[in-house]
Amino acid sequence: MSLVEALALPFFQRAVLAGLAIAVMSGVLGVFVVQRRLSFLGDGLAHAAFGGMGIGAFVIVTTGLIGSSVALLKHPLWIALPFSVLAALAIAALRKRTRLSSDTAIGVAFAVSVALGVMFFSLIPPDVNLGLSVMDLLFGSILGVRQGDLLVILVVAAAAVLVLLTTWGRLAYATFDDELARGDGVRAEALELVLFLVAAVVIAVSATVVGIVLMAAYLVIPAAGARLVARTLAQMTALSVLIGVASTLIGLGLSFYLDVPSGATIVLTQAVMFVPAAVFGARR
Amino acid sequence: MTGAAPLHQGGAVCVRVFRVTVRLGDFEVLKGVSFDVPAGASLAVVGPNGAGKSTLVKVILGLVAPLEGTVAVFGERPGANPGRVGYVPQLKTFDRTFPATALELVATGLRREWPGRVRSGEREQALAALRRVGAEQLAIRPLARLSGGELQRAYLARAFVRRPELVLLDEPATGVDYLAERDIYDLLEEYQADSGASVVMVTHDLTAARYHADRVLVLNRTARGFGLPEEVLCDECLEDAFGHKHHGHGPRV
Ligand SMILES: Nc1ncnc2c1ncn2[C@@H]1O[C@H](COP(=O)(O)OP(=O)(O)O)[C@@H](O)[C@H]1O
Ligand SMILES: [Mg+2]
Repeated sequence: MSLVEALALPFFQRAVLAGLAIAVMSGVLGVFVVQRRLSFLGDGLAHAAFGGMGIGAFVIVTTGLIGSSVALLKHPLWIALPFSVLAALAIAALRKRTRLSSDTAIGVAFAVSVALGVMFFSLIPPDVNLGLSVMDLLFGSILGVRQGDLLVILVVAAAAVLVLLTTWGRLAYATFDDELARGDGVRAEALELVLFLVAAVVIAVSATVVGIVLMAAYLVIPAAGARLVARTLAQMTALSVLIGVASTLIGLGLSFYLDVPSGATIVLTQAVMFVPAAVFGARR
Repeated sequence: MTGAAPLHQGGAVCVRVFRVTVRLGDFEVLKGVSFDVPAGASLAVVGPNGAGKSTLVKVILGLVAPLEGTVAVFGERPGANPGRVGYVPQLKTFDRTFPATALELVATGLRREWPGRVRSGEREQALAALRRVGAEQLAIRPLARLSGGELQRAYLARAFVRRPELVLLDEPATGVDYLAERDIYDLLEEYQADSGASVVMVTHDLTAARYHADRVLVLNRTARGFGLPEEVLCDECLEDAFGHKHHGHGPRV
């Protein structure tokens, strides 16, 4: 089968669309994550999402929601999302209070999140079909994206990109220098909260589709690569999205031809695209 | 609040600071500081390291809220009119991994947010502002590659590009090796004569304070002196403020 024929397959189309949506929103978000040195936030929120999914899956199974005829209702995402948002609020509060100990506290909280996730998943009887496994959540199954998941991801991507682009100028100003921005009337603290909340939603939703490992890669690698060549933050944003999009298309294509895992191929493609960026960047 | 400040008539005062006390953490950085800056006048703030000079500038900007006392800028609360104030921060470590050009930094002075794309009108104004501080050639250079002095020129251009009615400068000549300090003071006086703006300038340079300011505030947590340069910059006042012959017996923290 050729790639063109593969592109006609619904599951492959869904994978491409979901990957592109994640590439675009995490490409824009990732610029702020990288420039604000918030990589720990991405990891933390991805792990919180995992814990939330475990709890969500358990609640759905034990309350019988799993038998609901509404597809979206039986998705553990509805419990994972508020869990991630709460985690983001907790991190924001911690950062404000104590700059020193927040990293440690977050590290502890997220180890606990993962343990909770694993624990709750293990409590679910093996004969219940969630359409979602611990392995999927960790390493993703971009080729297994369902219609409902795709819809959620497209809506979230559109909303996240809209919020990020309308606040971009102020967010970037506060990222460059918090004091100058606040002196010019930018509400830097409120904006940071917006950024954290967008990150919580983007990461929770993406992690359920592509897994927390691929999500973490999408969030950091394209932006970090773009940083090496870009001369302005706007260029960095455009390039970050471009690297994410290109690595999605190339990675999915390669994984199809070589018959290797798609998520891992995408991450490796991103890493390979880093090399010319580093060479170019070093020469400037 | 410690009661209302006495009011002048008709907006003749640009900045009014009245019995302002600021506490940061457990430390009382400013205590009962009062002074006025008449519209169109320039005030030099002098005092030793840690005297609270930068904190005072941030109070006027609206970045730090006083614990007690009142501050009015253009008769309104500080921070109410950011577009009318130009701020040159004290030279500080800045994130050199942030991809930016000097032109973009100057453009924030016009747009009050980070530019995604500098429009051609903004570009002309920003270039003119850079030219005024002798730094037009820096426009497209990455900020990360600028020296301290070049960076300071970019910050000056950023403050002036919006044609501010009040200019706040925090040690604009410190750490600036090749930038002749005189350039900055000449530039300030020229701009003031041209625009009628008011100036509040923190400086280490007593000579500059003596010759380039209408009024001088000697600050060391409290206002140790406020008035005309020749009145305030006498040896005894300075010794008192800078603590070389310390007569003060304020509470120690
Ligand atoms: N956020 C803060 N928390 C506690 N103390 C601070 C803070 N910022 C400044 N200070 C202290 O306030 C004093 C005055 O600082 P500053 O206004 O920067 O002085 P200056 O500009 O005159 O050198 C210093 O002793 C400084 O250590
Ligand atoms: Mg200072």
